Amino acid sequence: MSTLSIKDLHVSVDTDQGAKEILRGVDLVIKEGEIHAIMGPNGSGKSTLAYSIAGHPKYHVTQGSVTLDGAEVLDMTVDERARAGLFLAMQYPVEIPGVTVTNFLRTAKTAIDGEAPAIRGWITSIRESMTNLRMEPSFAERNVNEGFSGGEKKRNEILQLELLQPRFAILDETDSGLDVDALKIVAEGVNRAKDKTALGIMLITHYTRILRYIKPDFVHVFVAGRIAEQGGPELADRLENEGYDRFLPVGASESTD
Amino acid sequence: MGQPAPTVTIESHKASRPNTASDEPRFVPVQTRSERFTSVDAADFPALSSSQLEWKYTPITRVKALAGEPVNGARYEYTVTDETGDALLIEWLDRTDRRIGAAGKPEERVSANAWTSFSEALAITVPAGADGGLTVDRNRFGPEARAAHTVITAGTGSRAVLIVQNSGSALLTENLEIVLEDEAQLTVVSVQEWADDAIHLASHFATLGRGARLKHVVISLGGSVVRIDPSVHLAATGSDAELLGVYFADAGQHLEQRVFVNHDAPHTRSRVNYRGALQGEGARTAWVGDVLIRATAVAADTYEQNRNLVLTEGARADSVPNLEIETGDILAAGHASTTGRFDDEQLFYLRSRGIPEAEARRLVVRGFFTELIASIGQDALEARLVRAIETELGMPASGPPEP
Repeated sequence: MSTLSIKDLHVSVDTDQGAKEILRGVDLVIKEGEIHAIMGPNGSGKSTLAYSIAGHPKYHVTQGSVTLDGAEVLDMTVDERARAGLFLAMQYPVEIPGVTVTNFLRTAKTAIDGEAPAIRGWITSIRESMTNLRMEPSFAERNVNEGFSGGEKKRNEILQLELLQPRFAILDETDSGLDVDALKIVAEGVNRAKDKTALGIMLITHYTRILRYIKPDFVHVFVAGRIAEQGGPELADRLENEGYDRFLPVGASESTD
Repeated sequence: MGQPAPTVTIESHKASRPNTASDEPRFVPVQTRSERFTSVDAADFPALSSSQLEWKYTPITRVKALAGEPVNGARYEYTVTDETGDALLIEWLDRTDRRIGAAGKPEERVSANAWTSFSEALAITVPAGADGGLTVDRNRFGPEARAAHTVITAGTGSRAVLIVQNSGSALLTENLEIVLEDEAQLTVVSVQEWADDAIHLASHFATLGRGARLKHVVISLGGSVVRIDPSVHLAATGSDAELLGVYFADAGQHLEQRVFVNHDAPHTRSRVNYRGALQGEGARTAWVGDVLIRATAVAADTYEQNRNLVLTEGARADSVPNLEIETGDILAAGHASTTGRFDDEQLFYLRSRGIPEAEARRLVVRGFFTELIASIGQDALEARLVRAIETELGMPASGPPEP
């Protein structure tokens, strides 16, 4: 059984005032097929956790480990992590001018699998996934994320999730900026990917709304760079009613990511 | 990632609008193109110096063999390939032929030296109403200092595509005149895939008749020093010029282009779009884009842009757009210039999908050029150009090693 294991993870970023610690000892184990919701106030370090696991150069790991089935992820380059089975659905996907979605998907799939996908089956898979995500066929010939609406960018992330078939996916605020219809479509895509491949999911969100469509097995409350409380789905209901106030010290100001 | 930022130089000069309200602060342009001195005699120009504006970026020591005494200006060998459609006429003209000098005159010493030196000019003529195309292959200049002169004439209502394909060794200064008669539509592509030691300085002079349309393309990939200076005179009502450029400088290469668009008649339109990439220690590019809208050019419409992508440290791109407007009654005028290093966020995004760094870089650089290359409108050339750029990217860059 595949396991993504995060142990005592400390991460800092460089600021004008020197290094600033954002993650202060994160422990989390995700097994295949499990959905873990990471919930927390703005600035608690949720996105830092996501980008650190993916290997963004801005974040410096100062302590701890992240292992995927025992292999040290932190020793891998960004692309090696993806090829090992990690996927990050970004909150702000990047525009790649002059590179079409089709070309990008084929290049990524070839890199992940180590060989080019068989053309016929590949085209069918793309078409099916795009139909499921209610994406226009013309979308495939547009440049990656260029001129996409917020909703289109998120669908494009989930399209990649479905086609690249990672073992673990980190969804960084995939719900932000989506109306309820788009949210349902995106959530269906995530659920399809999970049913098909026993995907393990770290679902990062500020709001409980997306949890109506993607049912978490575990909920972790993330405050000031570490997990402050964890429980089952009922913890999300409690957050819905009470907010994050009880986790924040009186007079604490929110830091930024 | 993590490497120090490459040396990037961005220079930009704002538009001047001398004829607008006098209470506005008047920006004094670096130069007034309309008053620049011209001559066909090299002796009329001073010796080259980097303190002269037109020689500010060029490595003078590497081009000085073309700037002193007259050089060999005899006929040279060429081959004609890929002829399509109606026959075009190719012939050598005596230097006294009246067709010579119709499109423009040199504005600097090396160009004037070519004019002083050439004994015969190669003339390519598209007969009125004809529709055709051809490629002139020039690969036998060799290391001797040479001068050349070319006159391209597109007859009334003709349509043609001319490609000048340069390769091999060369130490060449030349002038290329392009005359478009009324309603002619002409594409001229100058491809520089010279050998590593080649030095090539060229001035192109185009003049356009009523309703004529010129697409002028400069592609510079190979050579030690390559400088192409295209100037276009939009001399008659409704004439239209699109100037495109693609350049890719490797370690030690100097690739320069100085564009001048002279709007000199009503309802003239110009679009200038140059893109360059640089990689390796000492890779240098310079782009100067002068657009002049004269008082005669009512309802002129122009947009010029230059974008540079600096792939490694130790490379330097200069980009200088100049817009000079002498009438308040224009349709549109704009310019844009960007010079940036590789976008780490793009790289991260692609790599986070499993794509190795080298391949991610290739994707981004290809993407950077794709749109411009597609607008050349010549499928075979476009495909070849994409492959050439991929070859450039496949070569080991002399920048920092990949982590």
